[in-house]
Amino acid sequence: MTEKYDAIVIGAGHNGLVCAALLGKAGKRVLVLEANEGVGGAAVTRPFADGYSVSACAHLLYQLQPEVTKELGLRPRLAADNIDTIVLGDGGAHVRYSADGIKGVGQEDADRYRAFQKRMQRFAGLLQTYLNKAPPRLGTRDRQSLFTLARLGLDLRMLGREHMQEFLRVIGMNIYDELVENFDSPLLKGGLSVDAVLGTHLGPRSPNTILTYLYRLAGNNGRVAVPAGGLGSVSEAIANCARDSGVTIRTGMPVSRILVDNGRVAGVETESGEQFPSLTVVSNADPKRTIMELVGARHFETRFTHRAHHIRMRGNAAKLHLALDGLPTFEGLDKKDYAERMLVAPDENYVERSFNPAKYGETSPEPVMEIVFPSFRDESLAPTGKHVLSAVVQYAPYRLKGGWTDAAREAFRQTAIRTIARYAPDIEQRIVASEMLTPADIEREFHMTGGHWHHGELTLDQFMFVRPVAGAAQYQLPLDGLFLCGAGAHPGGGVSGAPGRNAAKAILAREKAS
Amino acid sequence: MSNAEVEQRMLRSPFYPRQAELDMLSAWHGWKGYQAADAFYCEDMEYFAIRNSTGVFDLTPMTKYRITGTDALEYMDRLVTRDMRKVQPGRVAYAVWCDDQGQVIDDGTIFHLRDNEYRLCSQERHLDWLTAAAIGFDVAVTEETADVAGLAVQGPTSFSVLSNMGIKGIGELKPFGLMHADFRGSELMISRTGFTGDLGYELWIEPGKAIDLWDALFEAGKLHGIRAIGTHALNLARIEAGYLQAGNEFLPADLTVRPGRTRSPLELGLEWLVDFKKPNFNGRRALAEEKRRGSRWRLVKLDIEGNKAAHNSYIFAKAKRNRAAIGFVTSAAWSPVCKQNIAIGTVRAPHGAVGDSVWVEVYYQREMHWSRVMARATVVDKPFWFPPRRGATPPGPY
Repeated sequence: MTEKYDAIVIGAGHNGLVCAALLGKAGKRVLVLEANEGVGGAAVTRPFADGYSVSACAHLLYQLQPEVTKELGLRPRLAADNIDTIVLGDGGAHVRYSADGIKGVGQEDADRYRAFQKRMQRFAGLLQTYLNKAPPRLGTRDRQSLFTLARLGLDLRMLGREHMQEFLRVIGMNIYDELVENFDSPLLKGGLSVDAVLGTHLGPRSPNTILTYLYRLAGNNGRVAVPAGGLGSVSEAIANCARDSGVTIRTGMPVSRILVDNGRVAGVETESGEQFPSLTVVSNADPKRTIMELVGARHFETRFTHRAHHIRMRGNAAKLHLALDGLPTFEGLDKKDYAERMLVAPDENYVERSFNPAKYGETSPEPVMEIVFPSFRDESLAPTGKHVLSAVVQYAPYRLKGGWTDAAREAFRQTAIRTIARYAPDIEQRIVASEMLTPADIEREFHMTGGHWHHGELTLDQFMFVRPVAGAAQYQLPLDGLFLCGAGAHPGGGVSGAPGRNAAKAILAREKAS
Repeated sequence: MSNAEVEQRMLRSPFYPRQAELDMLSAWHGWKGYQAADAFYCEDMEYFAIRNSTGVFDLTPMTKYRITGTDALEYMDRLVTRDMRKVQPGRVAYAVWCDDQGQVIDDGTIFHLRDNEYRLCSQERHLDWLTAAAIGFDVAVTEETADVAGLAVQGPTSFSVLSNMGIKGIGELKPFGLMHADFRGSELMISRTGFTGDLGYELWIEPGKAIDLWDALFEAGKLHGIRAIGTHALNLARIEAGYLQAGNEFLPADLTVRPGRTRSPLELGLEWLVDFKKPNFNGRRALAEEKRRGSRWRLVKLDIEGNKAAHNSYIFAKAKRNRAAIGFVTSAAWSPVCKQNIAIGTVRAPHGAVGDSVWVEVYYQREMHWSRVMARATVVDKPFWFPPRRGATPPGPY
């Protein structure tokens, strides 16, 4: 037993760091224990080939909450901001859109896109208010909960009758129907489909994909940025902020269990057997791992562990990193376009079809991809004149039939490269080295159960009041002294910092109340 | 469809051939899919066999689960409200288990067979709950209702009957103890348990040896008044013993739809079974909160004046006007052995403290016409029937 801490944060993911920094600013003595050698969790920049580095999991910044940056005094350095999305078309006929406008479609589609964006932004704005608050607890007399709940009702009503009805109509819906009803351009429908399903185990025809789309917009109105130095630089900045507030961060210290004494949290033990006592433990690990592995079912009640066990969190996205000796040639793209975000999603049915095999434990033969060249505006990531391609490749189910063997990984890597070659035929000649991270690899490297980026599917049954599960939606788990602060808690995944900030507030509020 | 096919719709216990020979009433009912007898020839005579000689009740339909694995103790300890670490191998424990809201799912007996091995017996089926509870534990939960034949052998001469059968060491078996004996090459498990509140045992054996066991038992009991008994006789005995029955004194929480219709162990007089010293068990948080805030209901045992059984009666605080019911009777009977009009009921707290007088509205029928009396009743603490022989080791021969 060593120095006593007011709180121990398990995991130096960006949310864990935000939470630790805010607790530190409030005068708490905080220790952060991180399993990996560096901070950042899934928001990390690391080398993957000689001279080449990449944001190894999340690779774009579009949700970091102004509340978080303001309170921490952060000013992330951006290599590019408000980048366009280019949905790649055959023969160089691409569609290009951003939060502000659209190019490459007919006038009718363009008008409708603006109307669609306006409508979605309005709903996303409603959601945005609630990203930065703990969800109200239902069936309680707690004043804060009742107030937030009343506020939610009021905010809904304040949309106006027509918009409220529309909101209630679409919130559980699939995005496919909405897109088909609104647009003609296959590329536009394909691109927006991807925006709704990226990082999920959902296809555009799955219910609830309007919600995932709104969640994406809610972060920052759909505005996408590329941080200089990769996502790892954002984590480093938060870590520095935490250290400035007196937080101790120790890396290479995997926590093996959370110590429980007489029905309450007593500290943590690392894999090396070292114990750190503390009456408050905040887990940035995913809820399933926290509840079922780090603590263990015996310390919770049956229905609760039953729910935790059944949190849906099987990742379905793989990550492809290519080290290139030069930029590949995409037909119909200018040089500056390589700073933008490219999507492989020729139409909405392509996206749904690419999801189909995943339901049966198979990878997509024609995957959906989100491609960026982070080195294009950031020379720190690759040797001069050379480049890095970073892509999210869907779908690659965590529970692959036959398992994620080396052969399966290699086959999917080739599938992904073949898919890029459809638009950039010279891609293969440019490749110096490559890396494919399957959900199994992501689980191993980032310690996320199921390799699920969002620490649990963002669906209505795992959202707000019931995220991650009923009985744990207000950051506090039903074990005294134990809190969640990661993406598995409200509001969910993405590099937003919101769960970490909300958790810190909940911990401090609780202390004040007791 | 022939009659034979209709009968086959219910499972039959391996003891059925012998029961069918004794059956004079054809009064059967369903018990969790099994055919079980209300009574075989006369429920009064069967009842008196329990109290005066030996009654034999077929326990086979009782739901049985086997829980095995290295986490079996931890699992049981979280499942039930009492401290299972105190229940050594070779011991049996009465226990109650709750949902996360601290509401009773069921009560039953837990047999600690060996290290890492338990049998749980209950009236209702619980595979869903037990399986959900097993998540995160290294245990296997197996339904073994049909794999084990069971007989309850209850009454003052039951010890003599089993001694006559040549079971060695039966005299040393203490209440809530269990032992294993050899019966014609099979393992016979005997526990000193029962649902009658009297001296008695329960016998457990593989179904293939059921008939042999029945025959040996009845042969050994020939001169000790051994009789087969049905559910009606047993029910009267259990009311005298003050035991709860799922479906009567409480509804299993997982089968209850309406809010407020479930009961917590504290509301069922089972606080002695709830060990708040345990850091965690299912329902603990809710029960601790209930203990702090006070319970809504209280189970009462009632000694009622008069001799009309108070079936389904409302219970009142006052006999006269301006009265509202404070609760109702859940089980009632005239007790032949106690010569008492007894009942078990549920009343709203804070009514029903031991020693309180309450009023019971009894309806009864004589030659078609109904009458009503308000009978005074006293809340009592002890079971109505608790003979010294129940706890004596060795039990005396009768």
